[in-house]
Amino acid sequence: MTILAVENLGVTFRTDEGLLRAVDGVSFTVAAGRTLGIVGESGSGKSVSTKAITRLLPASAALSEGATIRYTQKSGTVVDLVQLPAKGRALRTVRGGEIGMIFQEPMASFSPVYTVGAQMVETIRLHRGLSRKAARAEGIAMLREVGLTDPERRVDAYAFELSGGMRQRAMIALALAAEPKLLIADEPTTALDVTIQAQVLKLMRRLQQKHRMAMIFITHDLGVIANIADDIAVMYLGTIVERGPAHAVLTNPKHPYTKGLLAALPRMDALGHRMTPVPGDIPSPAARPSGCPFRTRCTSALPGLCDTAAPPPVPISAGHSAACARLETARAA
Amino acid sequence: MVRFILERVLGMIVTMVLVSMMVFVIMELPPGDYADRYAFRKFSGTGVNVSAADVQAIREDLGLDVSAPERYFNWISGIVLEGDFGQAFAFETSVVNVIGDKMWLTLLLVLITLLITYAVSIPVGIYAAVKRGSAADYSLTIFSYLGLALPNFLLALVFLYFANRWFGADIGGLFSPQYERAPWSIAKFLDLLAHLWLPAFVLAWSAVAYQIQTVRATMSDELNKLSVVAARARGIPERRLLVKYPARLAVNPVVSTIGFDVNRIFSELPIVAAVLGLTELGGLLLKAYLDLDMYVAGAILLLLTFVIVVMNFLSDILLALLDPRIKLSG
Amino acid sequence: MIAAALLLAFVLFLVWRARAHAADIAQHDEKRRLRYYSASQWTLIWWRFRRHRAAMGAGILLSTLFLMGLFAEVIAPYGPTTRDARYLDGAPQLPLFCDHNGCSWRPFIHGVKTERDPITLRARAVPDPETRLYVRFLVEGQAVKIFGLIPTKTHLFGLDAPGKLHLFGTDSLGRDVFSRVLYATWTSLSIGILGVLIAFVLALVIGGIAGYCGGLIDMVIQRVTEVVRVIPIIPLYMGLAAAMPKEWSTTEVYFAMTLILGLFGWPTLARRIRSQLLSIRNEDYVVAAELAGVRPRSVIARHMLPSFTSFIIVDLVISFPYMILAETALSFVGLGLRPPDVSWGVLLQQAQSVRVLEQTPWLFIPAIFVVVAVLAFTVIGDGLRDAADPYAEAK
Repeated sequence: MTILAVENLGVTFRTDEGLLRAVDGVSFTVAAGRTLGIVGESGSGKSVSTKAITRLLPASAALSEGATIRYTQKSGTVVDLVQLPAKGRALRTVRGGEIGMIFQEPMASFSPVYTVGAQMVETIRLHRGLSRKAARAEGIAMLREVGLTDPERRVDAYAFELSGGMRQRAMIALALAAEPKLLIADEPTTALDVTIQAQVLKLMRRLQQKHRMAMIFITHDLGVIANIADDIAVMYLGTIVERGPAHAVLTNPKHPYTKGLLAALPRMDALGHRMTPVPGDIPSPAARPSGCPFRTRCTSALPGLCDTAAPPPVPISAGHSAACARLETARAA
Repeated sequence: MVRFILERVLGMIVTMVLVSMMVFVIMELPPGDYADRYAFRKFSGTGVNVSAADVQAIREDLGLDVSAPERYFNWISGIVLEGDFGQAFAFETSVVNVIGDKMWLTLLLVLITLLITYAVSIPVGIYAAVKRGSAADYSLTIFSYLGLALPNFLLALVFLYFANRWFGADIGGLFSPQYERAPWSIAKFLDLLAHLWLPAFVLAWSAVAYQIQTVRATMSDELNKLSVVAARARGIPERRLLVKYPARLAVNPVVSTIGFDVNRIFSELPIVAAVLGLTELGGLLLKAYLDLDMYVAGAILLLLTFVIVVMNFLSDILLALLDPRIKLSG
Repeated sequence: MIAAALLLAFVLFLVWRARAHAADIAQHDEKRRLRYYSASQWTLIWWRFRRHRAAMGAGILLSTLFLMGLFAEVIAPYGPTTRDARYLDGAPQLPLFCDHNGCSWRPFIHGVKTERDPITLRARAVPDPETRLYVRFLVEGQAVKIFGLIPTKTHLFGLDAPGKLHLFGTDSLGRDVFSRVLYATWTSLSIGILGVLIAFVLALVIGGIAGYCGGLIDMVIQRVTEVVRVIPIIPLYMGLAAAMPKEWSTTEVYFAMTLILGLFGWPTLARRIRSQLLSIRNEDYVVAAELAGVRPRSVIARHMLPSFTSFIIVDLVISFPYMILAETALSFVGLGLRPPDVSWGVLLQQAQSVRVLEQTPWLFIPAIFVVVAVLAFTVIGDGLRDAADPYAEAK
C-alpha cells in the first residue's frame, strides 16, 4: 500500500541571481513498511525534495504549480500536503506526529539550552496528549529502545554532553517519540564514524520493522543505500535519473550516472584497481544545461539529441526505469 | 557555583584596585593641588593676601604634604575602612554628604533605563528578525542607525521641547519645586517617577538602538539553525517555537552586555544631565569637573565604575544560569 | 509634473540597468569569471563594496564633507569669528530666483533692515523685500590662507560689499553659522582621524604584544584593558579634559584632545587584534611558515596580519563615530575645545536650551552635520564589513 505519492514536484528558490530551479518534475512513491533510498551528490536536490514534503523549505522557496504530495494518514484519510495551509493545525499534526524527520547533524538538531528529555516530552505531549509524567516515562523508554545506556540519567542530559553516536540515537528517539508512520532520514549516518554508522543503520532497520514504519533514507553513499533500501531513486541536478527496486538498480544500472557512481565505489574484489570517478563537477543550478541535465558530464552523450530535450523515463523492468536518450533510441530501434 | 563566584569576586577586587589607582591619577592631574584650590576659593575676593606659607599650612592641615603613594593609600583606606570619600571644598562639607542619596537616585534611573531598554529592544529585535526584509524591518534598521548617530544631548533637547509642549513646562529636573527639599514621602516618590521617565527614555534611546541590532542579528542567526527546522519538523506551533527556540538564545548576548549598557548609560549621564537639569550623580560629576572639585569627581567615578563591575558580575552569573553550555566551575 | 517625469526617468534607468546587467552576464560571463578568480583580495573587497549602494553614497557624502572642511577657507564666505553687527541672531538667508517683483536669472537675497520688536523693544534684523542683493561667485573678501599656507582673497561665493550672505543664519554675536560650520567640520573630522590613528597604533602594539607573547604578559595586559573598558568612557575623558590648564592655547588644547581620545580608544581594537592573533597562531599555515624557518617578524607581518587586516580597517572606520561623538559631547559641556576654536561641539554649546530650539533653531544646524558624519561612517563601516567578509557569496 502506498502511503506517500509525490508527483511532479518542482522547487524554485528566489535568489539575488534570479530564480534557481533546485528540483524539477520529481515523482516517487513510498510503500508502507518499505524504505526508499534517495542517492545523489550534494546539490542534487535530494534534501530539498524531502523538506518539501513536510513543507519545511524557507520562505524564498516556491513549489511548482501542479505538484501533489498525497499522504495517507494514520486514520486512513488521504491529504495533499501541498494544499494544507502553511501555518495550520493540519500540517503541524502531520509534522512529527505522522512524518518524523532526522537530520545529518544531531548536535545542531537539538537546542543547546534544553535537555534531550525536555525536547522529547514537548513532542510527545504535543502529539499524544500524555501527562508530563507519562511523557517522561515514554521518553525514557524510547531512549532505552534506541540503545542509550542509563536512559534515566541521560534523559536529563544536554545534547552536547552526549557522544556523536549517542546523540544520533537520541535524535532517532526524538523523531520516533510521537510514533510517526513515515520517517525521513536526511543523511543520518554521514557525520558518524564508520563503525557507529553500521550500528545506527542496524538500529534503524530494527526500529522500522518493529514500528512498521515507512522510511525515506537520503544519502550520497551507495554502500549505505545497498544496506538499507528496498527501492532506490538516483537524483541528479534536481531530477530523478533512475529508479527501481534496489537489487535491480544496483546490479543492472541503466543510466550512465548510476553506472558512474557504482564504478566509483571501492570494491573488495577489485583491490589494486583505481576507482573511476564521475568526471567533472555537478553544475550550479543557476547554470542548468539545456536538455538532459547530465549531458555535460556524460561520456556517451548524443549531440543534437541530449542537448535539446530532457529524456523521459524509459521503463526497463517492473518498477525500474531510467531517463536516458540512449535507452530511448535503443528501444525505438 | 561557589568557586565560580569566588573567582569572579576576586577578579572584581583586582579590577577595582586598578580602577581606584587610575581614578586617583585623574584626581591628581589638574595643575595645582587641593590646598591651592582651597586657598584660592576661600580667600579670593576677600582681600586677604595668601602666602605660600599659608597654602603650605593648609596642605599640612589636610595631610596632603606626603608622597603620592601615601596620599593614595590614605584616600583609599578612608573609603574602604570608614566610607570617607574626603572633602568637597565647593560645598564645604564631606563628599559623602554631597553625594548622599544621589547615589540611589542614579541607581533608580539606571534601573528604569535598563528596564525600558530591554522591554523595547528584545521584542522589537525579534520581530525585525522574523520579518526580515519587510518594510517594518527596514524602518527599524533606519531607526537604530539614527538612534546611534543622534548625539544624546540633542535628543534630550528634542524630548524636552515636545515634553514642554505636551505636558507643560514642569518636566526638567528630577523633582517639582515643592518636593525639592521635602523629606521622602510617597508623594515625593511619585513626583520623582513622573520626572524620571524623560531622562530614562533619553538614556535608553541609544541602548535600544544598539540592542535591537544585536537581538536582530543573533535572532536571524538562530532562525537559520537546524534546531529550529528540527523543532518545526516535530510540529511545534510556530509562535511557541519562536519563543522557545531562537528567541531564548537571542537574549543571551543582551544579558552578556548588561554591564556594557550600564557603562554606556553612565557615559551619557553627565551630558544628558547638563541639558535636562538633573541633579543626580551625572550632573554632580559635571559640576565637580568644572569646579575641579576632584574628591567629589573621584568618588563619583569610583562609584559609577563599581556599579558597572557589579553589573558585569551579575550578567556573568545570569548568563551562566541561562546557558547550560557555560560551565559554572570554569 | 516634474515628479512624474523624474519617476519615469528613474523607471527607464532601472530597466536599462536590468537589461545592461543581463547582457553583461550573457556576454562577459567567462571573462568576468576569469577576472574574478585572478583578482586580489583588495580588488574583490572594492568590487563588493561598490555594489553596496548605501555605503557608496555615504562614502561620497563623507568625502564631500571632508573636502568642504579642507577648503573651508575658500568655501566659507567669512572667517569663523567675523561678526556682522547688523544681523544678530539672524535667520538663514536662502538665495531666491523669484519674488513679488518678478524673477531674475541670478540668485539674490533680500536686504536687511533693522526694526524694533514691538514687545521686547529689542532691535532685530528683518528682511527688506524691496531691496535685492545678488549672489556673486568668486568674490573678493577677507584675506585667508588655504591650508594655512597659500594666501588668497577670493571666496567661492558672497555678496558685493558691504552686503553679507548668511546661508545658515547668524548667532547672537552676528557670526556666520555656515562659515563656522565649515571650519568646525575640519576640526571635528581631523580630531576624529588623529584620535583613531593614535588609538590604532596603541591597539596594534598592545594587542600585538598580548596576542603574540601570550602567557603572563597577556594576562597583565588583559587586566589593564579590562580596567580601561570598565570605567565609563565619557566621564573618564571628562576627567582628563578637566585637567587641561585653563591657560593653554587652543592649539595645545586641540592636540591634548586628540591625545585624550586616542589614549583610551584602543581597548576594543586591541582585544580584536589579540584574539585574532591567538586564534591564528596555531593555524596550520602559520605553523608551516614557522617550520619552514621564516623569522617571527615575517611570520607576523606576512602570514598573520594580512589574514585580518580587513577586519581591522572595518573596526577603525566604525570607531570614528565614537571619537566624533565624544569630542562633540566634551566640547558641548565645556570640557573640550574652547572658543575661539570651532568644532561641532563648540558650536552646539550655543544650543543648550529649549529656548534656542524655539527662537533660533538654525543654531542646531551643526548637529545635522554630526548626525550625517556619524551615520556615514557607520554605513561605510557596515558596507566594508560586508565587503570584507570572504564568505559573502560574490559573482
